[in-house]
Amino acid sequence: MNTATVSDAETPRSLTARILGTPSVGPLLVLLGFCVIFALTNPRFLATHNLSIILQQTVIIGVLAIGQTLVILTAGIDLAVGAICVLGTIVAGKLVNLGYDPVLSMGFAILLCTAAGLAAGGLVSGLRLPPFIVTLGILGILTAALRLISEGGAFPVRDPFLAWMGNTMKLGGFVLTYGVLIMFTLYAIVWYLLNQTKWGRHVYAIGNNAEAARLVGIPVRRHLLSVYVLAGLIYGIAAWLALGRIPNADPNAMQSANLDSITAVVIGGTSLFGGRGGLIGTLIGALIVGVLRNGLTLAGIDPLWQDLVTGILVIIAVALDQMSRRRS
Amino acid sequence: MSLHRIRASAYSAVGLALGLALGAGSASAQEVIVGLVTKTEVNPFFVKMRQAAEARAAEKGVKLIARAGKFDGDNEGQVAAIEDLISAGAKGILVTPNNSSGMLDVIKKAREAGVLVIALDTATDPADAVDATFATDNFEAGVQQGAYARKAMGDKQAVVAMLDGTPGGTVDTFRHDGYLKGFGIAEGDPSIAGAAITNGAQDKGQVGMENLLSKNGDINAVYTINEPAAAGAYAALKSFGKEADVMLTSIDGGCAGVRDVKDGKIAATVMQFPYKMASMGVDAVVEYAASGTKPSGFVNTGSFLITDKPVEGLESKDTAWGLENCWGD
Amino acid sequence: MADHSPHVVLEARNVVKTYGHVTALDGVDFELRAGEILAVVGDNGAGKSTLIKTLTGAVHPTSGDILLDGAPVHFKGPLDARHAGIETVYQDLAVAPALDIAANLFLGRELRAPGLLGSLFRRLDKKRMREEARRAMGELKFRLPAIDNPVESLSGGQRQGVAVARAALFARKLVIMDEPTAALGVRETGQVLELIRSIRDRGLPVVLISHNMPNVFDIADRIHIMRLGRRAAVVTPKTHSMNDVVAIMTGAATA
Repeated sequence: MNTATVSDAETPRSLTARILGTPSVGPLLVLLGFCVIFALTNPRFLATHNLSIILQQTVIIGVLAIGQTLVILTAGIDLAVGAICVLGTIVAGKLVNLGYDPVLSMGFAILLCTAAGLAAGGLVSGLRLPPFIVTLGILGILTAALRLISEGGAFPVRDPFLAWMGNTMKLGGFVLTYGVLIMFTLYAIVWYLLNQTKWGRHVYAIGNNAEAARLVGIPVRRHLLSVYVLAGLIYGIAAWLALGRIPNADPNAMQSANLDSITAVVIGGTSLFGGRGGLIGTLIGALIVGVLRNGLTLAGIDPLWQDLVTGILVIIAVALDQMSRRRS
Repeated sequence: MSLHRIRASAYSAVGLALGLALGAGSASAQEVIVGLVTKTEVNPFFVKMRQAAEARAAEKGVKLIARAGKFDGDNEGQVAAIEDLISAGAKGILVTPNNSSGMLDVIKKAREAGVLVIALDTATDPADAVDATFATDNFEAGVQQGAYARKAMGDKQAVVAMLDGTPGGTVDTFRHDGYLKGFGIAEGDPSIAGAAITNGAQDKGQVGMENLLSKNGDINAVYTINEPAAAGAYAALKSFGKEADVMLTSIDGGCAGVRDVKDGKIAATVMQFPYKMASMGVDAVVEYAASGTKPSGFVNTGSFLITDKPVEGLESKDTAWGLENCWGD
Repeated sequence: MADHSPHVVLEARNVVKTYGHVTALDGVDFELRAGEILAVVGDNGAGKSTLIKTLTGAVHPTSGDILLDGAPVHFKGPLDARHAGIETVYQDLAVAPALDIAANLFLGRELRAPGLLGSLFRRLDKKRMREEARRAMGELKFRLPAIDNPVESLSGGQRQGVAVARAALFARKLVIMDEPTAALGVRETGQVLELIRSIRDRGLPVVLISHNMPNVFDIADRIHIMRLGRRAAVVTPKTHSMNDVVAIMTGAATA
């Protein structure tokens, strides 16, 4: 066999093409651009204190968006993110307030969130129901159940372990909560899973072309189930993060978490049709939303503009995704 | 490949253009900044509060930055808003907390940073977590509603329906309990036919009322958390042909609500004064910026019974006065 | 048929498949020899696809035997057949468009990094997969853009080429291709046929199911003709014309 011609057969891919071909570059430029503008309008924006606040504000949606990214990469969508996370806060808070061990309570709550993910994944993969409907159903069930458990009202949760994520440490001039560090750690772990392991590659393959994935022997249903279970686990951890940020369990909280997390994912360049995009984009997307909200307030501009700008970015991102899919 | 390039640059170009447009509209950071954090942007009560605060701030030459939660119960959004306002260098923050205990930590942080924090409309729990509270005494307002309903019904045997707002909310609890006290019955009294959750919204008020009427057709007194819920309840009562026999009362003083009183749909409502809360709040921050004096404690911004069918022994104003002083148009 | 019978790689003997009262395969025989391209043709409903499904384990025969390298096999499913060394290429492009060429070639059979990184951290060996992919495409003399381009940037023929190459890369015994060119244009079909030839030349026998007679005559060494659930004949392009084959398919003639 003549193998000498191999490299001739290839059109090499240039470095700029590679960089610009990375889907998170556009969002990154937007993020940096906003930072520059806000820094120019109000120097307070760049104060370490303010930057650290933006990170803290990004934590909950940022972590929920990790699970949302996984589900969207499989061409699904998760409308139960907020509800599952609230499940975690209410159960952990209730148990601790009843006098149970805080570590066990939080562990049990996270387990319950994982089980909610399992239920969603089971219905999606086992019964082949559309993820939109399944998670919408779970959202309804959990919302009602949580109001019943908590007798409708919010209640304070004052436990040092449950609030642990809100503790701070200094890193250079930066005050970071443990929650922020956990968020970055989760991003790193799941990024590794998605990009460096077979599991992650199969997530992309399933979202891309589930039939092709099945034909090459990937156990599609089992894989989907694992995605939803992991997402549930992440929502459970987000519940712990949420209690660290606001020591309060509220059945009415996080009603906009579905859309906020989907927004972060979409602005981050992940395709709602599945199989395209990635976690770095999602982190940037979540930060864009946080930076906009904070920066506009510092600039003294009505933060309703944040919703407007976010809305425009979402539409641009989806339009670009649609364009590139149509072209290929 | 070129597609990706176009994609990345188109995305960032549009994003940056938006950013520049916004950046151009910003103001200098030197003036006194008053922060206002309301529950939501959808409720006309808070819209009025915001407009009043903006007007007062303009009068006094200070800058008002308003933020709001996205929905009833959006603690996270309100906490983030207060954090951002501290960062922005606000001198004082006026807040209507979505949850009376949800934001204690961030309020503490603000006060430690030297920011005056005043709760508007809704007290925190504990109330002294903030410097001062400017609000309607919601329990008292509930008592006014309940007392009117009881007196106006004369000797009639009452069957009461409770159209609550969002269960567990502070305002909700105060108004509910106040109504019962004014009506002269206790929670669990057999004359209470049932309760429904309306979230203060008209559609849910209607559904709740319909269901309660199906459950018990003898209902002849209806408590409502606010006027939209009352409007929904009226629609349900009308469809059951009972609108004339039922003592429907409410709280708020929104212009639509006062008109409903005028039209006889609602027997009476209790008006509160969001613009008073807001302008008093702005004044307090301006005073604090100038002299360092802080207000303290609970300041009742008052509530008035509005009805065209006054009853003896209860002070009230008619709808003509109500329409001059209402909010939400 | 020649007396000195060459090595038979895959064989079916008197295979019957019934669905209730419907008989899809009525005692069909099948024989794939080492180093050949065997085309399977037949009218719609003649039993072509049922035959292929029994050979790849997707369908269990009601009776009859299937032998791989002379030994009887009982595939429980397509994965079984794959483990036995039989790869299948489907008509619709079974590729993940957003993944790159190397990732598609190794889809479902990813290589892990050596050492702890691979065993404990389950890390993929992307570099090695790229190298192997380059080598394989080179051996098959299939021209493609760089191996780290997403498959969606390729033409339809190149994409099917990736699917075919994947099968060739992992098949130890044979490759079955079910209408691999049905969705392609003329030029692209040519590319894929060329690729199928290279696979045969490397020693892997190929079963090609196709409706396209000119393609079949262009590439097949032998042609297996199905009719009414049986093997009507096996002919070669040298001894028979297209019209002959069509006549046998429709029952107008016998071999």
